[in-house]
Amino acid sequence: MTAIDEPGIRAATALTAREVKRQEKDARNKLTSRGATLAAIVIAVVWTIPTFGLFVTSFRPGADSATTGWWTVFTNPSFTLQNYADAMTSGGTALTLGQSFINSLAIAIPATIIPIAVASLAAYAFAWIPFKGRSIVFVGVFALQIVPIQMALVPLLSLFSRGLTINGVELFPGFTLRDVDHSFATVWIAHAIFAMPLAIFILHNFISEIPGEIIEAARVDGAGHGQIFFRLILPLAMPAIASFAIFQFLWVWNDLLVATIFAPSSSLPLTQTLNSLSGSWGAQWYLQSAGAFISIIVPLVVFFSLQRFFVRGLLAGATKG
Amino acid sequence: MRNSTRRRRLLAPLAFAGVAALALAGCAETGSSGGASGATVQISGGITGGEADALNKSFDQFTKDTGIKVKYTGDKSFEGNIVTKVTGGSAPDIAIVPQPGLLKSLIDTGEVQEASDTVSKNVDKYWGEDWKNYGTADGKFYAAPMLANLKGYVWYSPSQFADWGVEVPKTWDELLTLTKTIQEKTGSAPWCAGFASDAASGWPGTDWIEDLVLRQSGPDVYDDWVAGKVKFTDPEIKKAFDAVGEILLNPDYVNAGYGDVKSINSTAFGDVAAKVADGSCPMTHQASFLSSNFLETKTKSGETPKIAPDGDVYAFVLPGEEEGQLSVEAGGEFVTAFSDDENVQKVVEFMSTPEFANARVKLGGVVSANKGADPSLASSEFLTETMKTLQSDDTTVRFDASDLMPATVGSGSFWKGMVSWIDGTPTDDVLAAIQAGYDN
Repeated sequence: MTAIDEPGIRAATALTAREVKRQEKDARNKLTSRGATLAAIVIAVVWTIPTFGLFVTSFRPGADSATTGWWTVFTNPSFTLQNYADAMTSGGTALTLGQSFINSLAIAIPATIIPIAVASLAAYAFAWIPFKGRSIVFVGVFALQIVPIQMALVPLLSLFSRGLTINGVELFPGFTLRDVDHSFATVWIAHAIFAMPLAIFILHNFISEIPGEIIEAARVDGAGHGQIFFRLILPLAMPAIASFAIFQFLWVWNDLLVATIFAPSSSLPLTQTLNSLSGSWGAQWYLQSAGAFISIIVPLVVFFSLQRFFVRGLLAGATKG
Repeated sequence: MRNSTRRRRLLAPLAFAGVAALALAGCAETGSSGGASGATVQISGGITGGEADALNKSFDQFTKDTGIKVKYTGDKSFEGNIVTKVTGGSAPDIAIVPQPGLLKSLIDTGEVQEASDTVSKNVDKYWGEDWKNYGTADGKFYAAPMLANLKGYVWYSPSQFADWGVEVPKTWDELLTLTKTIQEKTGSAPWCAGFASDAASGWPGTDWIEDLVLRQSGPDVYDDWVAGKVKFTDPEIKKAFDAVGEILLNPDYVNAGYGDVKSINSTAFGDVAAKVADGSCPMTHQASFLSSNFLETKTKSGETPKIAPDGDVYAFVLPGEEEGQLSVEAGGEFVTAFSDDENVQKVVEFMSTPEFANARVKLGGVVSANKGADPSLASSEFLTETMKTLQSDDTTVRFDASDLMPATVGSGSFWKGMVSWIDGTPTDDVLAAIQAGYDN
């Protein structure tokens, strides 16, 4: 510790604080000026037009959509709910959109919870339990984020379906779930595995920022790792957990590839049915617009109910203080 | 304040335990529900939408007779996923493979079962040698054809033709004369085309070229071209490009209802049906499947167009050099089995019989090249005609060339080449670029 005179530091801090405040005010003035507001509105409108067009199309009769653009509804309005009814019942695969909607929930909820349960424990260990090679292992885990999912598909699928036998010794028999109706285990495991590196990284960064004094105090009071984790770490890390949960849920909800490869045909999610809705030759593409808005409901509910975590989550682990 | 902290303290571990219990319970549940569904045969393929529902339905009688349940699942990205699934050891019982090229890659994995003698005999009897060859690799026969669609149709409006006093052309030269006549009568373009199809953009163009190679140079050159012995840079192929270019690259002749030549690339292949139906596009070149796209369109007076020789829309086979020459290009799917299970083999055998073809054709929208199937069961007069053409012994049938070529060409440089050709790249450059696909 070198000795620096305290008043000097205080003065410096005061100066920066004042400066920061001035800059903030400046920025606020600039961002709320008439020009900026106008620009923001224009960008928002332009940004929304394609989605709005899709929304209008989802209410137009199929024959109209095939011949004229969606903007003609303003001069020649004709609307129907038939697309939504058709989309819900005619699935285009063995499943209807309604059934696969339930499948999507059955995939997305556990596939969000499992990686969080595992990653929060791992993140705690990486942050607060000293062991040999800790940082190397941590870097190793995060480095796995670089491996593209596509590289892992065939080996993982092969492990699930054929099991693992080395030199005649069977280490893992493999699941025989292909013909089992409504089995989600393989999709959950696949999603959990693919989510792990990022989950551990984000939660570790947040959990390691918790002041050491709190944890030391708990230890002095006789708390073990279990108590520290459940009573201190989990409640304090809730914002980070919630924000990661949103990211993971949306990612799994929108996933097509992992589910198509790993899920048996009775467990396919919404994205798969939506993809097939237009038919082999794309003749019924207008049903897809209705299907898209059915599928968007859940992400919207998740986003709006957890919005405050979402904004906070964008900063989780990114800035300190 | 104190109260709420305490509650939170209690809540956190409880929530965590609940979560863990839920996850584990889910695992256990799926683990125990196995074993019951013994006699369900899983089929997967690229057919989706209403056609997939019809395919599932065509097994109803079979299930009643044998007790074997059949479940078909369609996947739009089937072509890409099936190889991953098969290599990963998670193949379906049966796959419906739309391209002989893809069938060959699947056979290379060693997981495909050879066809049984019954299937082999059925194919000999009901399809013939050409079709059997497409399901054969290294002298072993693997997969029987399922359904078919006939390419090389020109869709037009019979009522418009009657108004203009023109007839359906019988030779390629007559077609060019007809094009000129319509152009002079209406003052606008007689043809429309759409090459856009997401990642597969350009494929409708390959059908044009293939049709012309088959008609101008004959089936032998066509077979050599597919085998790679006749190169894209060969004069025979260039001749086909030039012939198609007389129509598709002529700003006076395209793109009716859309704009100039380049708008072909931005028009979705299925959308042209709407323009033919409402009368703004006199002619378009597309396979028999387009008939199902017309169900979603409307004529100028707002009705669903009638598909008939005297109706609102109909199609004639793209004529050859000489009158009466009938060489057509077809597409189709192949039934590939990955399991030698008794039930699976029964389903595969059933799918090679005329009974299956009849059951599926009756449900509408498709045709079969199975010679034992009854064409009168097809859902429209047009499809009945198509089926008769496919079954006839006088017809020379060749499989879609781009589906037979290696993927780097057939679904790579050939597609891309067609798009850049429409964009104005000189023919020789395009041909060289397509040929270069063989080196990738």
